Amino acid sequence: MILEDEERMEFIMDHYRHPHNFGTMENPTEEITEYNPVCGDAVKVSILIKDNMVQDIRFVGRGCSISQAAASILTDEVKGKSMEELRNMTEKEHLDRIGIRLGPSREKCAILSFNALRKMLDNYGGE
Amino acid sequence: MSRWEQIKQDFPIFNSSKNSDLTYLDSAATSQKPKCVIDAVREFYENYNSNVHRGIYGISETATDMYEKSRENVSSFIGSSHANQLVFLRNTTEALNLLSYTMGRNLVSGDEILISIMEHHSNIVPWQFLEEKGIKVNYTDITADGKLDMEDFRRKLSPRTRIVSLTHVSNLLGTINPLVDIGRMVHDNDSIFIVDGAQSTPHMKVNVQDLDCDFFAFSGHKMLGPSGIGVLYGKEDMLESMHPFLGGGEMIRTVTTSGSTWNDVPLKFEAGTPNIEGAIGLSAAVDYLRGIGMENVRNHEKDLIEYTLKMEEEYAIPDMVSYGPKNTDIRGGVYSFNIGEIPPMDMDEKFRENGVMIGSSVHPHDISTSLDAGNVAVRSGHHCAMPLNHRLGVVATSRASYYVYNTREDIEKLFDQLEKIRKVYDLGR
Repeated sequence: MILEDEERMEFIMDHYRHPHNFGTMENPTEEITEYNPVCGDAVKVSILIKDNMVQDIRFVGRGCSISQAAASILTDEVKGKSMEELRNMTEKEHLDRIGIRLGPSREKCAILSFNALRKMLDNYGGE
Repeated sequence: MSRWEQIKQDFPIFNSSKNSDLTYLDSAATSQKPKCVIDAVREFYENYNSNVHRGIYGISETATDMYEKSRENVSSFIGSSHANQLVFLRNTTEALNLLSYTMGRNLVSGDEILISIMEHHSNIVPWQFLEEKGIKVNYTDITADGKLDMEDFRRKLSPRTRIVSLTHVSNLLGTINPLVDIGRMVHDNDSIFIVDGAQSTPHMKVNVQDLDCDFFAFSGHKMLGPSGIGVLYGKEDMLESMHPFLGGGEMIRTVTTSGSTWNDVPLKFEAGTPNIEGAIGLSAAVDYLRGIGMENVRNHEKDLIEYTLKMEEEYAIPDMVSYGPKNTDIRGGVYSFNIGEIPPMDMDEKFRENGVMIGSSVHPHDISTSLDAGNVAVRSGHHCAMPLNHRLGVVATSRASYYVYNTREDIEKLFDQLEKIRKVYDLGR
C-alpha cells in the first residue's frame, strides 16, 4: 500500500514483512482460525492463559498486508495482559493502534484477528 | 487530441475537481456517464416530470411518449424487431430473477438448467433457487485458455435440459462466447436460450435476431446510462405465454375481488411506476454510443486489450499472471490478473508451521488500495463470480476493465504502478 502517511505505512509493512509472535504453540489454552471466504484472509491464533494472564500468544496466517500486520500488532498488545484488560479492549482501540485510514472494506481485514481474540475469550471458561 | 481523448472530455467526472487525474479502469462494474445522459435525465425532471401511462394531461402524455420512444430506441439498438419485446427493469440481475421465477413455474423435478462456470452470480443464484424443486443446475466447464469447453457443453446438453443460460462476455475473463453456434445447438435440443448481455451490449454490436436467443438481458449503468434501469428482451410469443413476475399497478388489465387479468406485454412485466428518467437516460446513452459506432467501440477496446497484453510482456513483472483468452478476436476489454496466485483456503488445510502461505504474492486488496493511492481505480475481489475464481484456483483477482474514455496512457499508468507495488510488497520468500 502506498498511502499518504508513509511513516505509518512503513510501520504496517514492517509488521507484514516481519510479523511478531508468528508461529504456533504446543499446548494452547485456546486456539481458533478466523477466515474471510470473500478475500481469503485467514489467521490462526493460539493463546496460553495462566494465572488469569496471557502468558503467550502466537498467530499464523495468510492474506493481505492489513490483515497480517493487524494480527502482529494485536498479539504484541495482548501479551502480558489480564483477562479483564482483554475483555475491555474495543474494536476502535484496535483500529487506532493500526493507525491508518482504512475504508470500510479494508477494516474487515484489520478486525479479523480481533474477532479471533473475541471468540477465544468467549470460549474460555476460566481456569 | 485523439478521438478517444476527445470522447473522454464528454464525461464530466474526469474534469471534476473532486478527483483530479482519475484513471478509471472499472467499467465492467459500472461505466461513467457522458454529459448528454446527465442532461437528458435533468431535462426530464425539470420539464416533464410526471407519471407515465396514467395522467390525462399534457406533461404526463409527453412523459409517456418519451418513455415509449426510449423503449423503441433501445429496442432497435439491439436489433429487436419490435419494441414490445423490450421490458424495462432494474438491471440484468432483476431480468434473470424474473426468468428464474416465471420459467421455474413450468419446470418439474428432474428438469435441468445448463449454465457455465464463468457466469456472474446473477446468472447462477436465481437458478439455484429452483434446486429445491428438484431441478438440476449443470455447469459447463472452461478450457485452460478461458473459453467455454464446447465438448463439455455438448455432453451436458441433455434431453432434460429445459433452459440454457449463458453470458455473452465473461466479466472476469473477457471471453466472448460463440453464441450463434451455441444458440443453434440449444434450439435443436428444444431448450430455451437465455443470454446475459451485461458485458457485451455496452461494448460491441449486439443483434438479438442474429443470436436467435429467446431472452437477452442487460443493464443501463454499464453502458453509459443511469443506474436502476435495465432491459429484458424476450421473443413476443414467449413473453405472452409467461406468468407475470411482480404484481401491482400498470401490469393489470382488470382487478376484481375474484381475480385479475394481465396487461399486454411488455407492460405485464412492468408493475409499479417504472424508472422513467432511467429509460430516458438509457436512450440518450444509446444515441451517444450510436454516434461513436459500436464497431469503433469494439475496435478501440480490442486495441486496448492487445496493448495490455503487450505491456504485460514488456514489463514482465515477477509472478504476474493474467486470465482469459490471448486471442483478442474473442476477448473483450477486461484484464484480470494476480501478482502471485493465492489459492482459496480449505478450512481443513493446515497452516504451514512458520510461513505466510501466500508467499511472494501481493493480495488483490493490497493491489487495489495501492493503485487507488495513485488515482487508478480497479476492482479487486471475486467479481461476483466465486465459482470461476475457484475454478481458476484463486481466491480473488484484480481486474482492469476498459471503455470509450480509456486510452493507452491509462494502461501505461497501470503497469508503472504495478511494477512499484510489486517491489514494495516483495517479501523475498
